[in-house]
Amino acid sequence: MNAPAGLDLPDPPRERLVVIGNGMAGCRAVEEMLERDAGRFDIVIFGAEPRVNYNRIMLSPVLAGEKTFDEIVINSTEWYAENGIELVSGDPVEHIERESMSVVSRSGRIEPYDKLLIATGSDPFIIPIPGNDLPGVVTFRDLDDVERMLAAAELGGDAVVIGGGLLGLEAAHGLSLRGMKVTVVHLMPTLMERQLDEAAGYLLRQELESRGHTILTGANTKTIHSIEGRVAGIELEDGTRIKADIVVVAAGIKPSIGLAKAAGLECERGIMVDDHMVTSDPDILAVGECVQHRGLCYGLVAPLWEMCRALADYLTDTPSGYLGSVTSTKLKVSGIDLFSAGDFSGGADCEDIVMRDASRGVYKRVVVKGNRVVGAVLYGDTADGNWYFDLLKKEEDISEIREALIFGQAFASGGALADPNAAVAALSDDAEICGCNGVSKGRVVQCIETGAHSLDAVRSQCKASASCGSCSCLVESLLALTLGGKVESGPKTMCKCTSFTHDDVRHLILEKGLKLIPQVMQELHWTTPDGCSSCRPALNYYLLCAWPGEYEDDEKSRFVNERLHANIQKDGTYSVVPRFFGGITNPKELRAIADVVEKYDAPMVKVTGGQRLDIFGVKKEDLPAVWADLNAAGMVSGHAYGKALRTVKTCVGSEWCRFGTQDSTGLGVKLERLTWGSYMPHKFKMAVSGCPRNCAEATIKDFGVICVDSGYELHVGGNGGIHLRGTDLLCKVETEEEAMETCIAFIQLYREDGHYLERTAPWIVRKGLEWIKAQLFDDPGAIPALAARFRLSQTFWQVDPWARRAAGAHRNLHSHLAEIRPLAVENA
Amino acid sequence: MSEAYGTWLDIGTTTQIEPGSARTLPVAGGDEIAVFHTMRGEFYALVNTCPHKQGPLSQGIVHGDSVSCPLHNWRISLRTGEALGDDQGCTPTIPLKIDSGRLFLLREAVIPGKAPPLAPALAA
Ligand SMILES: Cc1cc2nc3c(=O)[nH]c(=O)nc-3n(C[C@H](O)[C@H](O)[C@H](O)COP(=O)(O)OP(=O)(O)OC[C@H]3O[C@@H](n4cnc5c(N)ncnc54)[C@H](O)[C@@H]3O)c2cc1C
Ligand code: SF4
Ligand code: FES
Repeated sequence: MNAPAGLDLPDPPRERLVVIGNGMAGCRAVEEMLERDAGRFDIVIFGAEPRVNYNRIMLSPVLAGEKTFDEIVINSTEWYAENGIELVSGDPVEHIERESMSVVSRSGRIEPYDKLLIATGSDPFIIPIPGNDLPGVVTFRDLDDVERMLAAAELGGDAVVIGGGLLGLEAAHGLSLRGMKVTVVHLMPTLMERQLDEAAGYLLRQELESRGHTILTGANTKTIHSIEGRVAGIELEDGTRIKADIVVVAAGIKPSIGLAKAAGLECERGIMVDDHMVTSDPDILAVGECVQHRGLCYGLVAPLWEMCRALADYLTDTPSGYLGSVTSTKLKVSGIDLFSAGDFSGGADCEDIVMRDASRGVYKRVVVKGNRVVGAVLYGDTADGNWYFDLLKKEEDISEIREALIFGQAFASGGALADPNAAVAALSDDAEICGCNGVSKGRVVQCIETGAHSLDAVRSQCKASASCGSCSCLVESLLALTLGGKVESGPKTMCKCTSFTHDDVRHLILEKGLKLIPQVMQELHWTTPDGCSSCRPALNYYLLCAWPGEYEDDEKSRFVNERLHANIQKDGTYSVVPRFFGGITNPKELRAIADVVEKYDAPMVKVTGGQRLDIFGVKKEDLPAVWADLNAAGMVSGHAYGKALRTVKTCVGSEWCRFGTQDSTGLGVKLERLTWGSYMPHKFKMAVSGCPRNCAEATIKDFGVICVDSGYELHVGGNGGIHLRGTDLLCKVETEEEAMETCIAFIQLYREDGHYLERTAPWIVRKGLEWIKAQLFDDPGAIPALAARFRLSQTFWQVDPWARRAAGAHRNLHSHLAEIRPLAVENA
Repeated sequence: MSEAYGTWLDIGTTTQIEPGSARTLPVAGGDEIAVFHTMRGEFYALVNTCPHKQGPLSQGIVHGDSVSCPLHNWRISLRTGEALGDDQGCTPTIPLKIDSGRLFLLREAVIPGKAPPLAPALAA
């Protein structure tokens, strides 16, 4: 619509710029335009909301009562007037007519444009479940939503927030400050999983729980329930019901592309734009959350500012181009310091630098790739967040400051301080090194100079780093500085994820009352975000042993055999071993086994060394059905796969054998009934022989009984494996009861002291037989106490894992996600 | 991340795979696929065979963005399929994308050598 040529007009009519969306991006784009060339366009802005432009990210503080709406207005009515902008508010655009280059609003207003800018933002993602449209179910996007939440909060009661991301947690915070009791229901195991890793998510969760929020992770909402047409609560996939007077759905956003799509503009997830924010129609531009640029959609404001600059440059004929953004996030919840930027998920060629300070509740992780920072997660101390973000955005080479990077800008930037040892060297003599024990640098150095040449020696001499251990690295630096690299290496650490030994970890779990794997990792300064395949199973066992009945087993930290309760074989199939208590079976059991073998086409059945039958070649999918059939015949899992009690081998004993002195079979059955199902540091085998001829080979078992005329000889620490070891005689007892009591006390001692994957043979070598005898026999109360702890644990663990699975628990582990078949045409 | 173009197979929802675990997809006439969900909420798809002796990677322990093979404990990167540490070998990866909570695999990578079909055939 240019001015007709040849007419002598003083002022050529200006081009018309129509903006759809009076939000953060739409208005910012206009501001950028005005700054560059205020006279270029006649501007009309359509807004769906009946109000002026405000700072959407400040809705959280408004909800929390920390700000009022007036305080978050960006541009007042006067601004629109002063700049000659026409604001059409409360009247959303319903059509874009590209042919006639105009837009049509709901009220029927038709507005022609020369350039059209779409800045429609996002729509909240409404989870597709029954009840999502009930009164009382709200989203968190605009001021109307905030008003709805405030109205509900007036009445008090319970709020459920679905979604534990940035928005959900801010909503939860606001509602709880307004007096509601809040439950956050989050699908993923980690809060804000897109911004935080497991460790930081754990700290955040702990903080929120201490503020009285209930946090349910791994929770999938199935239905929203109502009473008399109003929301009354939600129900989770697992059947849990939670009462709610208001349900806030903050499960994500999706770019608002309806208008653009209907107008035939190219869209994928968002409206496709080039580097100048131009859509597939050269007269239509788009900015903000509604666009997709180079494959990415953004849900934060920082990238919008950059987009708006590029857009304004383009419209004022000085094209600069937008190249995409890296983003960072903070949570706007008072008292919680949290920062996340870039890609912190790591990867093969990335290196994680982790620092944890349990006493201050600090977790920092910087991800480095090829000498560049690519991501950072900080919790508890975010002072250096911007510095890391800057290094990240500028892609600076950090090789010079790498060692001190995690300590932050203050340490790392001074050239002389770039070496972490130098940072420690720079500390004054009275600087505190160990906060727990109040040990100064001078005292530690003095210890080292007078002969403490290892971390352990320092710990025992002056107690530095002997409590929580968070200053271990400082002490090590001091050792290196004082001794010039002649540091003696200490005992072996549990794995590369920690500087603690197995003993330290077990001890600290009890002392500090640690009850979750992420908690252990945080409190004990794990150097990896979620451990590795050696520490995870070990921690799972240690926690299970330490807190019977309290600790919830972590399937994903178990080796496949224990996860599937069967032995994985070289071809990926499984073998299944039912329990024959004391090696005894009967026709019903044998028949059931024979039937299973036929029904599931198991290619082989083998008599094992432990007096049982092993069914080979069972498919993962068939396992639950196999177990159900075996259960039906009265059999339970033989734990042939577990770091657990395996078998109790017996001979025939006095019942049949002419040499037998006692009922070895009977005792074997009793021992097995007492101990089956108990998890241990490693596999554990027992045997009972009826006389010293020892037909059950009891002297190469972890616990062996040799029956003699006068009673029972108890043997321990035998091993028939790679390193053959005969047992040591532990003691002699007179009755079966004593034999059984001593057996479970010994087992419990091993359970509580052994290192994960350490069988009794090396354990006894390490501790010494005398130590074990002393533990059991020096104090007459020791055996009853150990036995009582074992029995307590058995009340929780002596359950047949097969039965639970056969009944349908964890069905996912066995079934395929789906099956992929080529199309018929492809086969043709 | 660069977008791969082609046909995408809808294989189910993200909630069907628990974090820290994997699920399998048999492919008629092809290699079984394992789809992993890490503790940090990322998803990856790999051929379900260890480069060492064909162990089923789906059954390993998932930590960080790697999986430890259940047979001999090789550590395999879920991102690249490569064996980590001193071991040598590589498992093919399958491009995966997530849209509105659903998982999609690049069909051409799942069924190699086939022309992109008009519609995915999928039996759940
Ligand atoms: C509660 C909350 C907290 C947030 N906190 C942060 C934070 O801490 N940090 C951060 O970086 N980001 C935060 N965000 C995200 C940030 O607000 C958005 O990234 C930003 O507002 C997007 O700008 P936009 O202009 O693309 O969309 P919006 O600001 O949503 O603007 C779009 C506008 O278009 C209007 N509209 C839509 N369709 C039509 C139509 N057909 N006709 C007319 N008008 C229409 C809408 O009514 C809306 O006003 C938060 C968001 C929310 C909701
Ligand atoms: S150990 Fe003694 S009682 Fe048992 S079968 Fe052998 S000879 Fe008989
Ligand atoms: S088959 Fe995977 S490690 Fe050997």
